[in-house]
Amino acid sequence: MTAASLVPLPVVLPLLGAGVALALGRWAHAQRAVSVVALSASVAIAAILLVSADSQGPLVVWIGGWPEPLGISLVADRLSALMLLVSATVTLAVLVYSLGQGVADGTRDTPLSIYHPTYLVLSAGVANAFLAGDLFNLFVGFEVLLAASYVLMTLTGTGERIRAGTTYVVVSLLSSLLFLTAIALVYAATGTVNLAQLSGRLADLPDGVSLILQLLLLTTFSIKAAVFPLSAWLPDSYPTAPAPVTAVFAGLLTKVGVYAIIRTQTLLFPDSPLTDLLMWAALLTMIVGILGAVAQSEIKRMLSFTLVSHIGYMVFGVALATTAGLAGAIFYVVHHITIQTTLFLVAGLVERRGGSTSLNRLGGLATASPILGVLFFVPAMNLGGIPPFSGFLGKAGLLQAGVAADRPLAYLLVAGGVVTSLLTLYAVAKAWNLAFWRAAPAEILEPAGTARGSADEPGPPPATPVALPAAMVAPTAGLVLVGVALSVVAGPLFGVADRAAADLRERSPYVESVLPGGVP
Amino acid sequence: MTANLALVLTASVLVAAGVYLVLERSLTRVLIGIILISNGVNIAFLVAGGPAGGAPIVGVTEPARMSDSLPQAMVLTAIVITLGITAFLLAMAYRSWQLTGHDEVQDDVEDAAIRRLAVADAESRSYDDGDDDERAPMPEARP
Repeated sequence: MTAASLVPLPVVLPLLGAGVALALGRWAHAQRAVSVVALSASVAIAAILLVSADSQGPLVVWIGGWPEPLGISLVADRLSALMLLVSATVTLAVLVYSLGQGVADGTRDTPLSIYHPTYLVLSAGVANAFLAGDLFNLFVGFEVLLAASYVLMTLTGTGERIRAGTTYVVVSLLSSLLFLTAIALVYAATGTVNLAQLSGRLADLPDGVSLILQLLLLTTFSIKAAVFPLSAWLPDSYPTAPAPVTAVFAGLLTKVGVYAIIRTQTLLFPDSPLTDLLMWAALLTMIVGILGAVAQSEIKRMLSFTLVSHIGYMVFGVALATTAGLAGAIFYVVHHITIQTTLFLVAGLVERRGGSTSLNRLGGLATASPILGVLFFVPAMNLGGIPPFSGFLGKAGLLQAGVAADRPLAYLLVAGGVVTSLLTLYAVAKAWNLAFWRAAPAEILEPAGTARGSADEPGPPPATPVALPAAMVAPTAGLVLVGVALSVVAGPLFGVADRAAADLRERSPYVESVLPGGVP
Repeated sequence: MTANLALVLTASVLVAAGVYLVLERSLTRVLIGIILISNGVNIAFLVAGGPAGGAPIVGVTEPARMSDSLPQAMVLTAIVITLGITAFLLAMAYRSWQLTGHDEVQDDVEDAAIRRLAVADAESRSYDDGDDDERAPMPEARP
């Protein structure tokens, strides 16, 4: 099988690229070329992997040629390959956007020579987490992407970013330590960390032990995915980073957590779905998150809260533990990665064009820059779940699965999902009305005590509106189009999501292709 | 599997001390706490590896008496990762000290804004019930 030999490349290529880019730190042009080539290749490889995983079943590589249960395995099944493709596409678009920003800012080695290598390491870490076939490799993937994200979060080391970065780093470190504890306990209980082997051995454990392991892993991944009681770190830390960094964080990092939840819940603990617990967590995540978004008057913070809120939809799908629910969750992850990233990129454009992201200071952007208006309006309506868009289709899929579950709590969640969708629409419509639709404010002062500008941005805020560079608009427009295209290809996409969910529920395709000789 | 009680106790003491330090406000203490916890977790890995045995090298030790090398490999990876992150956190603590003169973890911007609003409200006339002695001024938000 030739496609299987491609499986390690989405991890290896960006890592190699990172090394080369670091060595080329003095030559900004070469550095950019290396990054673009490495990430474009990742997109192409991820597409090939998805096609072959969909037609031939999971692709497995045992690194280093060790005999089967001993080595490190990388597995690309339908779910992994789909996540890989979406994440690689989004990462590439954000990279092009940040290149545009760097060129527009006129500094030749912008943002910093460290930006490209770190960004590539981040994408390698994300790919490794998606492909990992054992718990410890999943941990390493998380650590790689987190270490890169610490650097990107605190880029340029301004006071505001150090402040937000402190919380982020400490919270992430604690979740990593929790993950390590879980791995140690899993190993002590079963003698393996390979996911396929664990799927057999965990079932033999006493219920209490297995429940403890499950809850530990669930807590770990919930911190990373920002599920409600563990989500407070996110809205505080994300908005302070540079716009492209926030965009890629918002799109990818929490979804890696969601992916890990889906993987462990379906593969390792299929007999204990913890439906009630997860449903309550999903409901609270949706409602608390969106109420936070409604209260915000700053676009980036508002978007961060909608990010938390919409994680609830995915957890809802996982909690149902039905094929329809999982398929809905997978589709929603794909939709949300694309849309949330797009919106953060647009927020970066708004900041550039309007000089601020505070709704109290913006106004009249729709007349000042109609194209920016379109770029904001389409994904915003998509996020709010207006019918032709993928946001509506994803929510409809999840709500149908919820109704099909036919439990009182599931109906409550369906209601909660509808309310959250409406409130999301309210929040983005408020942003649209204030920033784009109303007349440009001559001099709108922020109420005393709530003044908070983008004082951390280096350089003076542009008092006169600056034109938007085409190199930043083009990738944003590209992602908006991808978001719209998601509703065009919704049929095939739901097909893949359905088959991926069926595989996850079945478990045997994954286990048998990782360990063709049977579970030892 | 028999667990080594001394190792379990050491791990739990390290984690307990670490949790106490992580709850502190100074980033340096938080960092030391994280180092302690991670050492505790690393020792937990040794417990998970089962009873101690000979060096796991073919020809030196019989296979039956070898200690389990896999958890040790994992611990090594974890130690390396913790080392790197520790260096990064130290740099952040130093940068924070450069910028603000201390390395205390600062409040969320939102919290500070809400607190400012609360302070403003406490001094507004609508709340004045004429009994000023009972209302101690709220602490100012940290700059």
